[in-house]
Amino acid sequence: MDQLVIGGRSLQSRLFIGTGKYSADTLIPEVVKKSGSEVITVALRRIDFNSPTGNVMDHIPSGMQLLPNTSGARNAQEAIRIARLAKAAGCGNWIKIEVISDNKYLLPDGYETIKATEVLAGEGFVVLPYISPDLMVAKQLVEVGAAAVMPLGAPIGSNRGLKTKELLRILIEEIALPVIVDAGIGKPSDACEAMEMGAAACLLNTAIASANQPELMAEAFGMAVAAGRKAYLAGLGRSEKYASSSSPLTGFLHN
Amino acid sequence: MSFYDEYLQYSNADMEEVFQHTTSADIERIIGKDRLTPRDFLALLSPKAEDYLEWMAQKANQLTVQNFGRVILLYTPMYLSDYCTNKCTYCGFNVTNAFTRKQLTMEEVEKEAQTVAASGIQHILILTGDAPAIAGVPYMKECVAILKRYFSSIAIEVYAMEEEEYAQLMEAGVESMTMYQETYNPILYDRLHVKGPKKDYRYRLDAPERACKAGMRAVNIGALLGLDDWRRDGFFTGLHANYLQNKYPGVEVSISLPRIRPTMGNCETGNSVNDKSIVQFMTAFRLFMPRAGMPLSTRENAEFRNHAIKLGITKMSAGVQTAVGGHIDSQENSGQFAVSDTRNVKEMSDAILQLGYQPVFKDWQAI
Amino acid sequence: MEVVLNGTVANVDKEMNLWEFLLSKELDLETIIVEYNEVIVKKQEWNMIILQDKDRLEVLKFVGGG
Ligand code: SF4
Repeated sequence: MDQLVIGGRSLQSRLFIGTGKYSADTLIPEVVKKSGSEVITVALRRIDFNSPTGNVMDHIPSGMQLLPNTSGARNAQEAIRIARLAKAAGCGNWIKIEVISDNKYLLPDGYETIKATEVLAGEGFVVLPYISPDLMVAKQLVEVGAAAVMPLGAPIGSNRGLKTKELLRILIEEIALPVIVDAGIGKPSDACEAMEMGAAACLLNTAIASANQPELMAEAFGMAVAAGRKAYLAGLGRSEKYASSSSPLTGFLHN
Repeated sequence: MSFYDEYLQYSNADMEEVFQHTTSADIERIIGKDRLTPRDFLALLSPKAEDYLEWMAQKANQLTVQNFGRVILLYTPMYLSDYCTNKCTYCGFNVTNAFTRKQLTMEEVEKEAQTVAASGIQHILILTGDAPAIAGVPYMKECVAILKRYFSSIAIEVYAMEEEEYAQLMEAGVESMTMYQETYNPILYDRLHVKGPKKDYRYRLDAPERACKAGMRAVNIGALLGLDDWRRDGFFTGLHANYLQNKYPGVEVSISLPRIRPTMGNCETGNSVNDKSIVQFMTAFRLFMPRAGMPLSTRENAEFRNHAIKLGITKMSAGVQTAVGGHIDSQENSGQFAVSDTRNVKEMSDAILQLGYQPVFKDWQAI
Repeated sequence: MEVVLNGTVANVDKEMNLWEFLLSKELDLETIIVEYNEVIVKKQEWNMIILQDKDRLEVLKFVGGG
């Protein structure tokens, strides 16, 4: 049985989903069900006493692995604080570190992410850092105890697809931890491609939440991720042929 | 964590299993892949993969040209001292072989350097036996101080040292180290290294890593193929190189593929490694580590070396004398191994040019 | 007395503990997280903390996010 194990928990589904940007949070249970996902992200915010809103937690089916993120953090300090708050709220010890100090492109800050990961992994958190697909950053995250790395496929919310493919490929080859493609995936075929390449999982939010029919799109992503994974396990066939050459390089061995 | 921990993860049975069960389809698929896992590499070393040598050669050639261009770096070894306290059963310099030992004086080092430099060579590899009391770090530093004036890059192939000693040699001007594990099989290793400091398998195994830690720019490793089953030692050489490259991404890691040649000592092991096997190892390794260097020594004959240029080799020695002082007096003592390719630097350069490659003498100089 | 609640000043007209205060704000106490003077306090401790003048409170909850 092919399973993804993170932080001691085995997962059957390799699709992680977000809870942001839905037209109504009431869509979430059906999205979860259709996607087959077992991991779901949430964010932490100050309560706005002037405009009370519903509670997203009411819509998350029990048994889901919660993955709070540290969105809003601009440095390691803030990310650590948010992580500790999330843990205090009693939703487990998983944390997606997301440190963004760049408001223009919303790209993650590798240095601060490494610092936050080191501290939180030391405190027993299961840390899943969101990063640019930078090999050196990923290697340092392995060193400091990350449970997985979550490189972006394209900038957050851009739905552009796997623009960073070549770099993702390198991370998948070189990093022993699960590589979870986060951000940028626009279509199920993008997610499928990431899985064929050997990604351990995909995290999807905008592409599902902003679809006309989110629950249908969730199902499509669930199938795409599963298909890509199967293709990866099956071993893609050879794509090039090296046999036929007019000038054999090993002819001398037969003499 | 040492490479030893990784070594222990591969049992003989597991390796046998891969050798037995690798299919033609597996091999075709692996050759088509962009990046190989250690298990893929092992599969390419299997007997089954012998049927695919030409495919592997084509891919190895393509990858080498892509990563290194059509360029072969030329270097020359210089034997500084043949004093040795070890008894390695396969080596002509071993302590029980009675011959008059020699160690170059500083004047002789200078003369050798002049002779070698006159041939155009810029990269020099200096070698000693294992006799730290006579040919230790202070002696090497003295030699390096002279050689620095003649060569742009100095490599060492000497006994296994402490990290601190590597650092001292680097300080003096060394920037590259070569260390052959000879065999990764600890039991065989113990039997072949009858006595002397080299008997310590683990100390030698971790020497390349100590050099990496000391900040050595380039590290070259290898096993003396033919001591144990070449497929096994070949696999561990590749795995070791991969381990070092992953852990020390700034170091230029390369492997050598020496196989046993007749020497004046008697060699008790009889595993012969034929050309086909060496080509299989060479090309499999190139597919496994497309960016790693691969020097080829003059243990191999001219014909084989000419062909090997297109199979993944990146560096070659030329104008080689394996005896101490051999460059200034060719009538010197017998060398560590018999040279098969006796072409001088000029002849070697011409041959490389003829094959459509460019011989280079200097690809690096510290500033 | 006054406390700072999520960055804005709030009046507290009689002595009360944290739990009572939060309840008075009509919050779903099950799902909120409270930082009291920069220290995270567990639910079980809320009724043991008597609010003081100039206390700083951060009350957070989970929202949708990716
Ligand atoms: S192989 Fe090296 S250590 Fe062993 S006897 Fe020869 S010179 Fe000495």
